[in-house]
Amino acid sequence: MENILEIKNLNKQYDGFSLSDISFSLPRGYICGLIGPNGSGKTTIIKLIMNIIPKDDGSIKVFGLDNEADEVEVKSRIGFVHDTPDFYKESKLKIIKEIVAPFYIEWSDEKFMGYIDKFELPLKKKFSSLSLGMKMKFWLAIALSHNAELILLDEPTSGLDPVFRREFLEMLSDIIQDERKSVLFSTHITSDLDRIADYITFIKNGKLVFSKTKDEIFDNYGVIKGGDEITNAKYENSICGYKKTSLGVDALTNNIQGIKTSLGDKAIYEKATLEDIMYYTDKKETKA
Amino acid sequence: MKIHISNSSDEPIYEQISRQIKNQIISGELKEGEGLPSIRNLAKELQISVITTKRAYEILLAEGFVDSVTGKGTFVSSQNQELLREKKMKIVEEKLTEAIDNAKILGISKREIQQMLNLLYEEE
Repeated sequence: MENILEIKNLNKQYDGFSLSDISFSLPRGYICGLIGPNGSGKTTIIKLIMNIIPKDDGSIKVFGLDNEADEVEVKSRIGFVHDTPDFYKESKLKIIKEIVAPFYIEWSDEKFMGYIDKFELPLKKKFSSLSLGMKMKFWLAIALSHNAELILLDEPTSGLDPVFRREFLEMLSDIIQDERKSVLFSTHITSDLDRIADYITFIKNGKLVFSKTKDEIFDNYGVIKGGDEITNAKYENSICGYKKTSLGVDALTNNIQGIKTSLGDKAIYEKATLEDIMYYTDKKETKA
Repeated sequence: MKIHISNSSDEPIYEQISRQIKNQIISGELKEGEGLPSIRNLAKELQISVITTKRAYEILLAEGFVDSVTGKGTFVSSQNQELLREKKMKIVEEKLTEAIDNAKILGISKREIQQMLNLLYEEE
């Protein structure tokens, strides 16, 4: 399977924050969710891919090309959808289109008009007068009109209402129908990804926790609720985090079958959602 | 073809899909040679991962319920009639076993079940 994005040993140091040794890849034709708490480094990764900020070391290959050496070609084949492009704020959509279109080798006015129609976007209105959802749709229309193969979305669904969020997710599954395009999208609203994402890349405190297919994650992770024996050292390798109260222990495991075999009916077992995984990972909390 | 996905079910989504398609093939709702939607199209319709759908189709392929023709898609395979009958028998057997287990828990005798079965069978 051809990788559309390949990140190896990526490092970036800021004052008070560092992204360390991030490696993951995304095959062509799939949707990958980039998840993590606020401040974990999701936006930094997307900015590094776009070369908006320079990396310290490591490598980022997009379409097999180096994202710095082949920056122009790489960027003309990426559709970058972001929430606050302030520089265009007071322009009409029509004008913005005329400014950005010449940057792209494969721009198609015909496609653009098609999406304007489909997404019901008002070309004569100012960008600042659009709702957040409309703004997202507009950038998505731009991305699709220049035949972008990799669509990067930074927190596209935060601030959108549930109805629009669903519509938006449907658009994403539409995009990958041709098996040529991939979508990488960062979010902390993980319920968006529980269903449509093919891959999940989980970042915490600037480090990679995992990057796996979602099926693999849901096959192996689970939430267990039971007594103190869950925190026993012999299960340490299978427990990713826990919360202990006077009423018992809630924990996250990445080896649900193994734990079930050992603990049997001494605990109850539930499916883990991505939110559970984000919440419990590395948690060691004891409340009296 | 009809598929209903439950998010609250303990059964993984890929199993829900493969089981429902299997049942429709066994019951004859899906006929030999009938085309299944493409993996990507089904994933889009159900709003689930492409990988999950692929996994469901792989199960159907491995168990011989469907054939995959490169470049054309996935089709309901020609079912061996004897095999199909055997599969149907197995489903009935499973349901009966379940009924017997329940009867045992409730203390219903073999004779009583037989009577019940006769009565229900005639009613149909």
